[in-house]
Amino acid sequence: MKYIEPHAHMVSRVTDDYERMALAGCVAVCEPAFWAGFDRSAPAGFADYFSQLTEHEPKRAAKFGLKHFCWLCINSKEAEDVKLAGEVIALVPEFLARPNVLGIGEIGLNKNSRNELQVLEMQIELAAAHHQLILVHTPHLEDKWKGTRLILDALKNQRRIRPERVIIDHVEEHTIGMVLDAGMWAGMTLYPETKCTPARAIDMLETYGAERLWLNSACDWGVSDPLAVPKTALEMKKRGHLAAAIDKVVYRNPRKFLSQSPHFKNAF
Amino acid sequence: MNRQQVLDLYFLDARHRLVELAAFLDRVERAGGPDDFRMRSFRAALAALDGRQRDRARKVLLAFSDLTTQPVARAEAKGACGAPRGPERGRR
Repeated sequence: MKYIEPHAHMVSRVTDDYERMALAGCVAVCEPAFWAGFDRSAPAGFADYFSQLTEHEPKRAAKFGLKHFCWLCINSKEAEDVKLAGEVIALVPEFLARPNVLGIGEIGLNKNSRNELQVLEMQIELAAAHHQLILVHTPHLEDKWKGTRLILDALKNQRRIRPERVIIDHVEEHTIGMVLDAGMWAGMTLYPETKCTPARAIDMLETYGAERLWLNSACDWGVSDPLAVPKTALEMKKRGHLAAAIDKVVYRNPRKFLSQSPHFKNAF
Repeated sequence: MNRQQVLDLYFLDARHRLVELAAFLDRVERAGGPDDFRMRSFRAALAALDGRQRDRARKVLLAFSDLTTQPVARAEAKGACGAPRGPERGRR
């Protein structure tokens, strides 16, 4: 089995994880820009991070035969400071032409505040202006339902954004329907403690069908599992899903969405 | 999968989780003191498990959700605790 890991924060993982992912069949890993676990003090910190994602990390992945792609943005956890966010957003265009950049992400909301929403709208505008794909982070736990609604409204308000070019990540049973109804793609994140278990993710696949859905581990510096996608593929097999159905969810679906990026299409 | 196959694959795991849940409720009540907003949501979520209604996972998640629709004035913290704080937020 080969698969694409469409959401992983590899800068916070050890090299052994790349090896284990490659052994499990991973052929490409996609890394959205995210919160480092602490707030960066200046735009220069983000510029360094964008260089890490576009220069250093692809080399680390290549040692294990993995293609590495990334998304760029300021994440929602650092979006309360609108002035800082504006300065970081101004940095992004100079990186967009780099060959492993897929688009703008993971943008979204965290606590559903007015400032976060303003910064989200600024980044949707950035994506529209530069014809970029969008990857969206939806809030955690009690904030997810409300945040997903606010995000969908913001995306619909920007008429230059085509829904099939947007992936809304971290959906659960109470948000997946509204995302698919909006014509966007939905990502199911497999976490040991929050978000989805493999069993629940497969329940949603069986309920909603496999169109416009993908699976990801979103592995980072917290409790997470870089092998969550192949483990879920194994769970699908236990439940009697055929190899072609598994291949669609773990390989062909992410490839289809990501191939809307010329950088991905050219490399794959 | 038919129902028998689903039970074969998941029954023991679900039984394990249900016993853990029961023990958690016993532990909370043994500790004494008042409930907080989290337990209010928790008890509302338990009600969604009752009976033979379907769509339980979605209903449980909604019981733990902020169901207001307007942005908050300011993000006072970064983390989430699993249940909405305001009494008006978890009702629908």
